[in-house]
Amino acid sequence: MSDLKTEGLLSQETRDRIAELMARYPKARSAILPALHVVQEQLGWVPEEAQDEVAQLFGMPAAEVRSLVTFYYMYHRKPVGRYVVKVCRSISCWLRGAEKLEHNFCEHLGVDLGEMTEDGMFTVVHGECMAACVNAPCIQVNDRFMLDIDPEKVPEIVEQLKAGDPKYPAAVESWQRPEANS
Amino acid sequence: MSTKIIFEKLGIDGIESLKVYQKNEGYEGLKKALELTPDDLIEYVKKSGLRGRGGAGFPTGLKWSFVPKNPGKPKYLCVNCDESEPGTCKDRDMVTYLPHQLLEGIAICCYAVGIEKAFIYIRGEMLEGAEILEKAVAEAEKKKFLGKNIMGKGFNLDVVVHRGAGAYICGEESALLSSLEGERGFPRLKPPFPAVEGLYACPTVINNVETLSTLPAIMRKGAEWYSSFGTEKSKGTRVLCLSGHVNKPGNYELELGTSMRELIEVHGGGVMGGELKAIIPGGASAPLLTKDHLDVTLDFEAIAEAGSMAGSGAVIIINDKTCIVKTCLNLDQFFEEESCGKCTPCREGTRWLVDILTRMVDGRGREEDIGLLKSVCDNLLGKSFCPLGDSATSCVLSAFKYFPEEFEHYAKHGCSMLDAEKEMAAN
Repeated sequence: MSDLKTEGLLSQETRDRIAELMARYPKARSAILPALHVVQEQLGWVPEEAQDEVAQLFGMPAAEVRSLVTFYYMYHRKPVGRYVVKVCRSISCWLRGAEKLEHNFCEHLGVDLGEMTEDGMFTVVHGECMAACVNAPCIQVNDRFMLDIDPEKVPEIVEQLKAGDPKYPAAVESWQRPEANS
Repeated sequence: MSTKIIFEKLGIDGIESLKVYQKNEGYEGLKKALELTPDDLIEYVKKSGLRGRGGAGFPTGLKWSFVPKNPGKPKYLCVNCDESEPGTCKDRDMVTYLPHQLLEGIAICCYAVGIEKAFIYIRGEMLEGAEILEKAVAEAEKKKFLGKNIMGKGFNLDVVVHRGAGAYICGEESALLSSLEGERGFPRLKPPFPAVEGLYACPTVINNVETLSTLPAIMRKGAEWYSSFGTEKSKGTRVLCLSGHVNKPGNYELELGTSMRELIEVHGGGVMGGELKAIIPGGASAPLLTKDHLDVTLDFEAIAEAGSMAGSGAVIIINDKTCIVKTCLNLDQFFEEESCGKCTPCREGTRWLVDILTRMVDGRGREEDIGLLKSVCDNLLGKSFCPLGDSATSCVLSAFKYFPEEFEHYAKHGCSMLDAEKEMAAN
């Protein structure tokens, strides 16, 4: 693997972590989903350039990495806010006000589902059952649970996150293609 | 009656740490297991009557006994912690609060079957659970409850915590294996069954978190003790996730054979916001039951006899202010979103169900839509690799059975029967 290029989006730390993961499995390819999580932790999302680098690390076609990134919905395929608010919409949450909750988040932040706020702080997405049904309605903020939510408390939650809450660490700012900034 | 076996130690301060777990009989079940030969241990678990808690209710000891003794290649355990069936959130409690109980159960299973490598496939959304498990694994390895030469008995076991990345289908065991091999989570045709050809085409046991979390108590207190709980065919307890329109939603561990009425009225504090209309007794895949089924007991057989399934143990309560057509739409949106796309009947059929239900709810329904829904269900049922497609028909077909008038009202009048009644009452 010595001929692999080392310049690119993935940091040395990310590459080292991926190598460690690959060593944990009888077949290295099993580490691909955890590896993509590591990539997303570093970049905030999984851009195609990073997918190509991951494909190289695993010695597999880039198309197969794309196929995984599109199949598993936790990988973001475009930049997201530093707080991704995932609102559960499945039955137990739906019966207890999930629609209102989703509506309130979108309205308060002025975005549609899947959109990022202009300041790059929030993206609201919907999620399917996240296994917190006895605490409905629930959301996740960067994959950490917030339970038993009163839809009227949305503005407070947004303020709480903006102020910074150690229980819900902010993600890195999503990597942007240089030309997108010019 | 509330009988605590799995949750016996829940609530003990700090029980998630190895130190406190050990002070509370932790890993004593493993110690007892290691005193038996693997064959005797399998027999012992068979005797306890423990059945898989993932949904199918297959006898656990029997499942283990299908794994070849000397296959000439490695054997694996995959722990199914891809808990995603809407309504279900018991595994999350077991992982978050009692991680060592799960690890102890894993070690017992692996010793019985002769496995040296186990994977805990935990759904990606349970980031906190994965962190807790990683920490618990490290603690247990340090104290020789996992790792090399466990408890000085020459038994080795490496446990890997593996995070998924968001796909309901990976809870289906063959899709879980595909996913763990680094592929899309596509189900596989069976046979070969995982016990013969599973992960990396090697013999593999796949057990649910709850099943494994029960083992330490069975070893500590005895197979006979365990089988004294429950009904003749469904032994022990089950953690029931009670959610939806109840006053006290929660995870309640109850003896199998407890009635739906007791769960809802005694433990759940009664129906919230109205009268009882429908019960989904086993997660979103299970057909609806009604208030006429309150005396049905919550064991595998009784629920099947009532026309539904015990599934994942998720009991979802729906009150009479809820439109059943909209409920079906919500449920089928889930299955449409989560259909993996491998089999045409499921990929197309779930889409059709959502399209038709959406137009009904939007007031654009047609009289022929009811027949069309039935025909789509017929084209879905039993026609795909895995049960996801079948699951999408459960709510619709059972709702037709118990609440046909609500579909007819939508088809004829373009609005919900409940809204129409409300309006009439207001005038």
